[in-house]
Amino acid sequence: MSDQLTTTTDVTLKIDGFEVTVPKGTLVIRAAEKLGIQIPRFCDHPLLAPAGACRQCLVDISINGRAFPKPQASCTIPVENGMEVKTQLTSTVADKAQKGIMELLLINHPLDCPVCDKGGECPLQNQAMSNGNGQSRYEGVKRTFEKPVAISSQVLLDRERCVLCARCTRFSEQIAGDPFITLNERGALQQVGIYEKEPFDSYYSGNTVQICPVGALTGATYRFRARPFDLVSNPSACEHCASGCAMRTDVRRGKTLRRLAGDDPTVNEEWNCDKGRWAFKYESARNRITTPYIRDESGVLREASWPEALSEAAKLLLNAKSAAVLMGGRATLEDAYGYSKFARIALQTNDIDFRARLNSNEEREFLANARPNATYKDIDDADHVVLISFEPEDESPIVFLRILKAVTKRKLAVTVISPIKSRGTEKLKANFISASAGFELKAIEKVDGLTNRSVILIGERALETEGLLSSVEQLATSKGAKLGWIPRRAGEVAALTAGAIGNLLPGLRPVQDAKARVDVQTVWGINQLPTKTGKSTDEILKDSDVILLGGVDANDISSSAKSQLSNKKIIAMDIRFGTSTEVAHVILPVASVVEKNGTFLDWQGKPRSFESAVESLNRSDVRILSMLADEMKRPINLPTVKAAANEIAQFDKWEKSTSNWHVSGTNTENLNLGPTEAILNSWRLLLDRGSLQEGEDNLAGTARKTIIGLNRTKAEKLNLVEGELVKISADSVSISAPLKIVETEENIVWVPRNSTGAQLVSKFSKPSGIKVSVSKA
Amino acid sequence: MTKNFEDHDSNNLIPRNDEFGLSKAEQDSKFIADQAPAPLLKQLLGFWVTFKSMFKKVNTVQYPEVKEPTAPRFHGRHQLNRHPDGLEKCIGCELCAWACPADAIYVEGADNKPNENYSPGERYGKVYQINYLRCIFCGLCIEACPTRALTMTNEYELADDQRGKLIFEKEDLLAPLRNGMVKPPHPMYPNTTDENYYRGEVTSAHPSQGTVNND
Repeated sequence: MSDQLTTTTDVTLKIDGFEVTVPKGTLVIRAAEKLGIQIPRFCDHPLLAPAGACRQCLVDISINGRAFPKPQASCTIPVENGMEVKTQLTSTVADKAQKGIMELLLINHPLDCPVCDKGGECPLQNQAMSNGNGQSRYEGVKRTFEKPVAISSQVLLDRERCVLCARCTRFSEQIAGDPFITLNERGALQQVGIYEKEPFDSYYSGNTVQICPVGALTGATYRFRARPFDLVSNPSACEHCASGCAMRTDVRRGKTLRRLAGDDPTVNEEWNCDKGRWAFKYESARNRITTPYIRDESGVLREASWPEALSEAAKLLLNAKSAAVLMGGRATLEDAYGYSKFARIALQTNDIDFRARLNSNEEREFLANARPNATYKDIDDADHVVLISFEPEDESPIVFLRILKAVTKRKLAVTVISPIKSRGTEKLKANFISASAGFELKAIEKVDGLTNRSVILIGERALETEGLLSSVEQLATSKGAKLGWIPRRAGEVAALTAGAIGNLLPGLRPVQDAKARVDVQTVWGINQLPTKTGKSTDEILKDSDVILLGGVDANDISSSAKSQLSNKKIIAMDIRFGTSTEVAHVILPVASVVEKNGTFLDWQGKPRSFESAVESLNRSDVRILSMLADEMKRPINLPTVKAAANEIAQFDKWEKSTSNWHVSGTNTENLNLGPTEAILNSWRLLLDRGSLQEGEDNLAGTARKTIIGLNRTKAEKLNLVEGELVKISADSVSISAPLKIVETEENIVWVPRNSTGAQLVSKFSKPSGIKVSVSKA
Repeated sequence: MTKNFEDHDSNNLIPRNDEFGLSKAEQDSKFIADQAPAPLLKQLLGFWVTFKSMFKKVNTVQYPEVKEPTAPRFHGRHQLNRHPDGLEKCIGCELCAWACPADAIYVEGADNKPNENYSPGERYGKVYQINYLRCIFCGLCIEACPTRALTMTNEYELADDQRGKLIFEKEDLLAPLRNGMVKPPHPMYPNTTDENYYRGEVTSAHPSQGTVNND
């Protein structure tokens, strides 16, 4: 290595006689890795603080000729100039020390490899072979513990297998901020444990299973299901939220058996959340649709052949007075592009909306014109992060981990504007500004200290307050701060980019811009595009008579959506039977995420491509739309996902946007609350009644309980005590749940939006911002 | 014709001529197809071999009417053994499937429910299949089995008229319930762990485990 390349912060040392230059502060074990020298280790993990707990990585070290008296743990010692390291490869002392440690670790380790889930991919097994003695000298009785102990409904602990590396406890403390798992006792009885009264209640508990170097922590769902050599591993992307985690999907005989966090330093590092890890059974659920259906005259669904179903669907669409497309936010970029093109060419309309959820026209303008530009990197570098209508731990857990990392590492300032102070807000040590839905505009004025290094993250829920998206965008622009819009679902950014919305064509091109239309016409090879701005979700539900639904759950939109849909002719493309298929006239089955290729865009707009992990006869939405368009004699020519991807690549970037789209909020004045009334506030918890979590009982076991949150003064005024069953009611519907005292304003009542017994969207006129009365149940 | 023969390696073509007592030189110059009949003496020599064997003991067995016993350690059909109280020895660890060079074994493990054990301990083999169209009877699976659950019997009659029938399921492979055994699932012997089973300390079923088999 030439001297010009090394800077003053670099350190040169010798390992096993080979010289290596690494940045200052690098650990010896990492420098050895750079040379390709593998030192055995258990506790060392590049993303966790060094612990030196397992002592397996002992090496002989001398600095400028002065040797350490004993072998040192290479995972805790930073490199120094003039250091000479001898690993087990060149030093008999290091080799003997490592073999001795291994023998000690194995003294109490049970010989139950045949029943252990880790068997076959176990660092202890592997390193006992590579760096251990063949024979143990120990003849006593092994220490045993009761096994397994369920430390949560998802994670099982076999204490006798534990080598006390403290990876799990360090992860929970340093990365997830949930220190609910610790090392108890000392000496030979030392063991991992949880608090007597508190379960291992973390949204990230699955990571401890993944990083456990032995089989001490195992996932309840995967337990005893397979061996590593049974599994075919496929890199994939997570479909559960807009965080965009890289994943690994392990499949045995066409069935997903487990999913692990993939390694992507620019997105999820090596972590993911429990939902991403353990919610995948929906794809093989019993209510999967495997064949097309047609509803006959008597209103009963009957199985149909593909040609018949396609021709029936084509007939409905061609005879429609006003046909439209509604798609849920879970489509891939290619599928969303298929829907977008299908609406424009086959239906000759701009009536398409991917927002099959709460929505507003202001949001549509925001999406078309604002250009959110924040990334994970910006969070790493930020001087201030502001969260508005966005609860990262529940709504985008990896964004939460990133912010938390900056908070723990360098005391990043965080401001949260939210109705209640959640556990996530507490963990972020945030400046909490309590604001009810509808009142955030005033709270925004209280945010100060924004610079061009600041990041403002705004959640999908911001649309529920008129003028909020506008003023946040203006605030970010005026301060030069980075703005991030984080929707809840994985496919929303992709759908927006694909133009699956009434006012945009692919590539964020405005429908109303003639030049933009010409761009699209050129790529599509057509002469004419519809020029009228399309309807929004609510307008489609009101006015259109034939609707193509792509993965839509009516209960996500509003309480009246299902009855509105039942008056229309519906063609549903979905993976499972649900609210959309109940009202559908034609049902076309499509592939689930593991069965197809595609690309999600995460909230940063970064593509997350994945390939099918499972062989299946089901086809991606875009393929079926293409067949349907052919049947209608208005071809869209997208026979494969690949074809769609190639066509998307032909679009250049469109940067222009108008600036006069902003809506000024009314800063909702006094709602005239009565003494027993409060304003309803809610968001969706990470683990709730979401349709992709169905059938995951172990996962549901760690979901946070449904509560009704009030502040202490309000509860006292209403004469309510914590834990008591409380009822909130509006529009003659009500919900009851135990009361929890939370830190909030007096006029706020908070309920999870989609948890057991509290499904607000399908129950109330609005899930937030409305007046409800609170009383004893 | 001759030319065609010469195109080939003549050494490979003619070894049969050795049996006719031809010298190497003769082999090189002559081909079987061109041979004149061998001298009478040599022909009689051949018939003598035939004649002699008429008085030897016949090895032919009238299978399937008569069945010869196999060698005691013959590698035949597999068997999944049981503990003396009827619990299965198989723990579903898949080491047999791992060891199998022909990929003939398929195993799926599962959790024993409390007091509804199929095997002692936590894990049992829920699905166990051996595909006898693939099995090469090498016995590596037997060596791999950590609980002595899988052994081989001397049964060799493994032929059938449908391929599907040659994939043996767990029921087909399990050893029969002997007298005194209890059909799983049932609880483990009171106050024992799986280790007691492995050490052979459980020697019979306990009345609390269920009704014993008395066929």
